Amino acid sequence: MQRNEITWQAGGQQGEGLESLGAILARTLSHQGYDLYGFRQFSSRIKGGHTNYKIRISAQPVGTINKECDLLVALDQDTLSNEALTVGENGIILAEKALAANFSGKTEILAVPFADIAKQNGTIMQKNIVALGCTAALFGLGEECFELQLRKEFGKKGEEAVAANVAVFKAGMEFIRTEAPALLGRLVLPKIAEKAPKLFLLGNEAMAFGALSAGARFMAAYPITPASEVMEYMVKKVKEFGGQMLQAEDEIAACTMTIGASYGGARAFTATSGPGFSLMAEAIGLAAMTETPLVIVHSQRGGPSTGLPTKHEQSDLFAAIYNTHGDTAKIVLSPSTVEEAFYDTFEAFNLAEEYQCPVIVLADLQLSLATQTMAVPEYERLSIRRGKLADGTKLPPIKSPEYFPRYSLATDDGVSMRVLPGTPNGICLGTGLEHDESGRPSEAKAMRRQQTEKRLRKMQTFLTAYSKALYIDAPYEEADILLIGMTATRSCIAEATAALREEGQKINHVQIRLLSPFPAKELTPYLQKAKKIIVIEHNATAQLANLVRMNIEGCPHLESILQYDGDIMYPEELVTRCKEVL
Amino acid sequence: MAVLQDFRNNVKPNWCPGCGDYAVQAALQQAAVKLGLEPHQLAIVCGIGCSGRLSGYVYAYGMHTTHGRALPFAQGLKLANPELNVIACGGDGDGMAIGLGHTYHSIRRNVNITYVLMDNHVYGLTKGQTSPRSDLGFKTKTTPTGNIETPVATLEMALSAEASFVAQGFSTQLQELTDLIVAAVKHPGFSLVNVFSPCVTFNKVNTYDWFKERLVDISTFADYDRHDKGKVLQCILEHEGLLTGLLYEDKNKKSYEEVSGLASDNQMQAVRKFTTAEFNKLLEDFR
Repeated sequence: MQRNEITWQAGGQQGEGLESLGAILARTLSHQGYDLYGFRQFSSRIKGGHTNYKIRISAQPVGTINKECDLLVALDQDTLSNEALTVGENGIILAEKALAANFSGKTEILAVPFADIAKQNGTIMQKNIVALGCTAALFGLGEECFELQLRKEFGKKGEEAVAANVAVFKAGMEFIRTEAPALLGRLVLPKIAEKAPKLFLLGNEAMAFGALSAGARFMAAYPITPASEVMEYMVKKVKEFGGQMLQAEDEIAACTMTIGASYGGARAFTATSGPGFSLMAEAIGLAAMTETPLVIVHSQRGGPSTGLPTKHEQSDLFAAIYNTHGDTAKIVLSPSTVEEAFYDTFEAFNLAEEYQCPVIVLADLQLSLATQTMAVPEYERLSIRRGKLADGTKLPPIKSPEYFPRYSLATDDGVSMRVLPGTPNGICLGTGLEHDESGRPSEAKAMRRQQTEKRLRKMQTFLTAYSKALYIDAPYEEADILLIGMTATRSCIAEATAALREEGQKINHVQIRLLSPFPAKELTPYLQKAKKIIVIEHNATAQLANLVRMNIEGCPHLESILQYDGDIMYPEELVTRCKEVL
Repeated sequence: MAVLQDFRNNVKPNWCPGCGDYAVQAALQQAAVKLGLEPHQLAIVCGIGCSGRLSGYVYAYGMHTTHGRALPFAQGLKLANPELNVIACGGDGDGMAIGLGHTYHSIRRNVNITYVLMDNHVYGLTKGQTSPRSDLGFKTKTTPTGNIETPVATLEMALSAEASFVAQGFSTQLQELTDLIVAAVKHPGFSLVNVFSPCVTFNKVNTYDWFKERLVDISTFADYDRHDKGKVLQCILEHEGLLTGLLYEDKNKKSYEEVSGLASDNQMQAVRKFTTAEFNKLLEDFR
């Protein structure tokens, strides 16, 4: 039977090779032209502890995973206990032989001696490759499809390693073909009409690639889940372009170095998560006060404090906007798809230079760590804009004690001309203190007022010019419900929207892509033409709903759907929860 | 060629009359002239405190950052803008309390910048509290019965962090201090210049006279070898760190720029879009 899409899931103990199993399978399917969305649940430890990897495979674009799966590979008891119920009708469980014997559920289960097959054909460490072979057989894919990725994964260990893994893979295939021929054909993958060129990557890689494409050549950062892959990509790539990724002693240093490099003329950035972002609060204030461009990728996880290091949450929304003391002018972007993650990060560098302020790219764990199919970025769409940056060859001569008016008040848009240190005739000062037009400390009342207004005016200029504040899918002039979300819930809400529309509900959907300054003017009309508004977010205090209320005068009543258990939201569950609100 | 006047601005420092920091300001300006720099080729990056105001008192590019963070800022600046001469400045509160971690890591990282640390054993700008460099028993507003915490051993710490250049000066010895800063800027790596810069208002113990009585110039030692770390350390311990001069130098340690490869290929100033060929090659990783 052919399906529109199939969801595959495998679970086991960390260290059993679940990650490479999922990666080889996903990359192979990606090569075959499928759209994929992969998500791995894991714990904050290296070996031991349950982990599972779920991949949704489709002939159409997919932007999230669902709760239900069609094929479950269980290498440990936790997988069987926790995930067996997610296997849908016609679904199959492949379980390690000893575990299968004790299974009392109703789902069809096949006992597979993963460990024995691995040992007979190689080593116990290759249980994951046995599972890969079983999966291939059930999906109706030949070994030739997998050879490329097996080679990529094991090629660096030599030809023998490749051959050994191919042998184990084949043994897994053979087991299904001989022991369970009745299952063949049950989970045949959808046909791909035409293979469009696509990318398959982590959200973090999309952001790092966006940064590199924007000309970022300096990154200082401190490792943290779920943002470290941004560093890992940069360290692999940036040397080739004369840049540097520096692992700093802490996030305070990382962020302050980034500001130093940016002041010096480089495009520089850092990436972190909540705990690191808290430490960066001080530096963000410095960038705002000295009007130095700064880009921070902030991927949220469960908080407060160390919180849930490996689990999804969207509870740093207020921190992203307000963690710095004082009236701080900053931009907070919130990409909601892997494509937006790339383009928004690219654009963040333009905005940081054009508006001379901190720009936070606020992602979340799901967006950062899901492996996703992505449309190839359009080269022509990418342009680098550096804003008001003085051309050193055109500055009129100055001599001590004259200074270049770095913080000139003669500006309608609030942005003054920036000059890079080292430029002749551009000498100026900078300080975290309030200052005059040359950057000298000043406590004069009028200067304080004017400089404050100048900094804040930049945000008004930006808000007027920015066109990507909202993702809008709102076909109804009079909607029954408006669903509002941010960051990675985009596809989940879109799928729930489609399901509810099929039932005859008039659903509009708006995903907020700009959190600060808040696009109140753009959002207001959609609030007005909905009978009911539901704000969907992953935190306990309805931060997004409160942000909307704070920014919209006479804001209508907002309902909230909140989730803060560390798990991501599934479309099926969201449909149910929307109906509860109705 | 720039002259001393070119490095002066018309800003009157907010330091007390007699403050040791005036000498550091003067030494920096004289060193810049001796080095043959033009004002735009120099950037002074400061932290917070009395010493932190120095970036506003020298006519050069100046950045007055946050408390304790002059060094991270200065390192980022230097890596991005390698032609610039970057001097970070701060006090003992800045570099030995809130920023101690950055000081240690900067020393071991060895980015080619100079750090001038003005050590007066007390917090001045907040009007007289203890510092991590205060002597045991030193009475301040926050240690009314005397400091009970052992002071940070600046020089020993620097050596333990594999410093490649450690010097120490004193505010009354302007010529020596100038020469030390010149040597520090020329040193291809991280150079630490610790300066005893007395606070005339809040430290009535570690005064100019107190230092004058105790400080020993290493040039008075017949067999001092600044390349022999063991002997340097022994000398520092014997004199409780109260020495002046270029105390230690390691000419073999490579700078961060050299080790990282940035010395031969640094394109951070060239902000540009990828060519289509470069872009397409990067896409291949994700196919």
